[in-house]
Amino acid sequence: MKIVQQRLLHESLLNTAKYFPDKVAVIVQGKPFTYTELLDSSLRLANALRIRGLRRGDRVAIYLDNTWECVVSIYAVLIASGIFIIINPQTKSDKLGYILNDSDANLMLTDSSLSRNFVPVLNKSHAVRHLIYTGKELSESTKEELDPTINIETFNKIISESVSMTQVASVIALDMAGLVYTSGSTGDPKGVIHTHQSMMFALGSLIEYLRLSNEHRILCVLPLAFDYGLYQLFMTVQLGATLVLERSFTYPVQIFNRIEESSVTVFPGVPTVFSMMLAMHNRKPLHFPLVTRVTNTAAALPEEYIPKLKEIFPAALIYKMYGLTECKRVCYLEPELVSEKPNSVGKAIPGTEVFLLSEEGNPVPPGEMGILHVRGPHVMLGYWKDPEKTAYMLKDGPIPGERVLCTHDLFRMDSDGFLYFVGRTDDIIKTRGEKVSPLEVENVLYAVNGVKEAAVIGVPDEILGEAIYAYVSLDEESKPTKREIARACIENLENYMVPKEIIILPELPKTNTNKISKNELAKINTEKLDQNIA
Amino acid sequence: MTVKAKVRTYVLENYLFTDDQSALNDDDSFMKLGIIDSTGILEIISYLEEELGIQVEDDEMTPENLDSIENIIAFVSRKSVVSST
Repeated sequence: MKIVQQRLLHESLLNTAKYFPDKVAVIVQGKPFTYTELLDSSLRLANALRIRGLRRGDRVAIYLDNTWECVVSIYAVLIASGIFIIINPQTKSDKLGYILNDSDANLMLTDSSLSRNFVPVLNKSHAVRHLIYTGKELSESTKEELDPTINIETFNKIISESVSMTQVASVIALDMAGLVYTSGSTGDPKGVIHTHQSMMFALGSLIEYLRLSNEHRILCVLPLAFDYGLYQLFMTVQLGATLVLERSFTYPVQIFNRIEESSVTVFPGVPTVFSMMLAMHNRKPLHFPLVTRVTNTAAALPEEYIPKLKEIFPAALIYKMYGLTECKRVCYLEPELVSEKPNSVGKAIPGTEVFLLSEEGNPVPPGEMGILHVRGPHVMLGYWKDPEKTAYMLKDGPIPGERVLCTHDLFRMDSDGFLYFVGRTDDIIKTRGEKVSPLEVENVLYAVNGVKEAAVIGVPDEILGEAIYAYVSLDEESKPTKREIARACIENLENYMVPKEIIILPELPKTNTNKISKNELAKINTEKLDQNIA
Repeated sequence: MTVKAKVRTYVLENYLFTDDQSALNDDDSFMKLGIIDSTGILEIISYLEEELGIQVEDDEMTPENLDSIENIIAFVSRKSVVSST
C-alpha cells in the first residue's frame, strides 16, 4: 500500500473525496452535500480565483456566515494557493475596512445581505479588485455605489461557468494557509499567521486526543470565523466524517432537532451554550444519548455544570480545554479525569509542551502561579505585518531560531502536572466565550458626539461569563442619550461586543496619576449590587 | 397600541436603537440580518411573556415563531386564541 504523505490542508479534501466520494461531507442547515460535490465546487471556484488573478500567497477575504458557499470558499482558496481570511459576518464597516486594508486582500467573497457593511468600505482604495457574492441580487443602485474598477460577480454564476482546476497550484507546508484575526488589548485586531504545517499539526493533535474517527458526525454552531468552529470543518474533512453546520445557537430547539435527525455524535460548545441548555434541561429534561463527545473551550466550564451535562449527554466524554488563536489549542483534560481534577484544563495537547515562568522569566515550583508558555509546531508564525506585537507574544526558545508562545495568561500547575487557569494579565474581557478588547469598545464610545470620557470593564455574569459595562461622562453642550450611545455600539461592533449596560456618570473616577480608574468603577458596580442585597 | 406596534417598537428600540419604522420590515428575518442572537431571543421571549402575558414553551423557541415581526405576531395570536377558549 502506498503511503501518501499529507502536508497541505486541502490535500485532506482531495484524499477524502477519492476514498469516500459519495459520503456526506457537510449538512448545511439540513441540506446534505457529498465530498464529491465539495471537491467539485471547490475546484471550480479555485480555478475561477486563479483566472481572476489569485497568485500564491494572495489573501482572500471570506466575509460569510456558516454557509455552503463559505465552506467551498475556504477550500477553493487553499487549492488555488491563496491564504484565507474568514471574517465574522457580524463585523461592521470600520473593522472590516481595517482587516481588508491590513491584509491587502485582492478578492472578497461575501453575501449581499452584508452590503451595508462592505459597500462603504470597498470604495476606499483597498486592494480588493474582485467581489463574488451570494444571496439576493445586488440592486442597481448598490452596484452603482461601488467603485467601477471592482469586478462584481455572483457565486453561483461563477461555479456554473467555471471548469475544475486540474493542476493544483503548488505551495509547501511552510507556506501560509490562513490569517485568523483576533482581538487584542490595543484596540485593532491582529492577523494570526498560520501555515499549512502549523494547522496540519494542530489538526492531527486534536483528532488524536478527541479520539475521533470517520464515523463521527460533528455539530458546528460556532462561527467558522472563530478557529474553534473552523477546525470542526477541518477535522471532519481530514477524517472523512460528516459536519452538521448551523449558523448559531439562537434557536436551541432547532439545533436539538438537528442533533437528533442527523445523529450528531460530537457537540462542541462554550459555557454560554451549556448554560442555556442547562436552564432548558431544568424545565424539561434534554437527552442526547448518541452524543459521545462534548467539548468546551473559550472560557471556563463551571464545575457545577458537569453532573447536569452528564444527564443530558449520558454517553459522552466531556473535554475541558484551553487554547488561544495564536496556537489553536494549548491543553485538554482527559475526560476520564473530569470529576477527579474538577477545575483543571489538563495537560499539553499531544506533541507539544507547556511551562510556567515568573514575571522575571524563572521556572515556578508546583502550586505557584506563573505565566504559561507553549512550545510546539502549532505555534503561529507571528502577527501579520506587526513585528512589535509579535515580539510581545513570541520569545526565543531553547533551540536556536525557535519561537515559544507566551500566552500572558496566569496558570498554576499541581504536583501531578495538571494546569489550572488563574487569570489574564491583560484587560481583555471574555464574554460569551468571545474576546473583547475594552479599548475597541471605548474607541466606539469616544466617537459618539458628546461623550467626554469612556471606560469599559468586564463584570462577572452568570450566563455570559463576563458582561460588558460601559461608563461614560458627557460634554456640557451635547448630551447623547443612552439609546444613541447603544446605537453607535450596535452599528460599529459585533453583537457580543455591545455593552450590556451603559452607565452615565457626571465624571469618571481617577487614579492619582489622573487616569481613569477601572478599579474604582468595578467597585461602584459591586457596591450597587451590594445595595440590592441589603 | 396594537400588539404589532408594541412588538415592532420593542425590537426597533432595543436591537436597532432607532424609532425609524422603515428600518425593519415585518418579514425581515432577525437571524439573517444579524439583529438578534441567542441572548437577544431570550430577552424577546421575556418581553412577550411579561408584556403580553403569554407563556413560551421551550419547544416553541423556533424561527417559525420568533424570527420576524410577522412570525411573532402570528405566534402570539395563536397563543392568545388558545388561552381565551
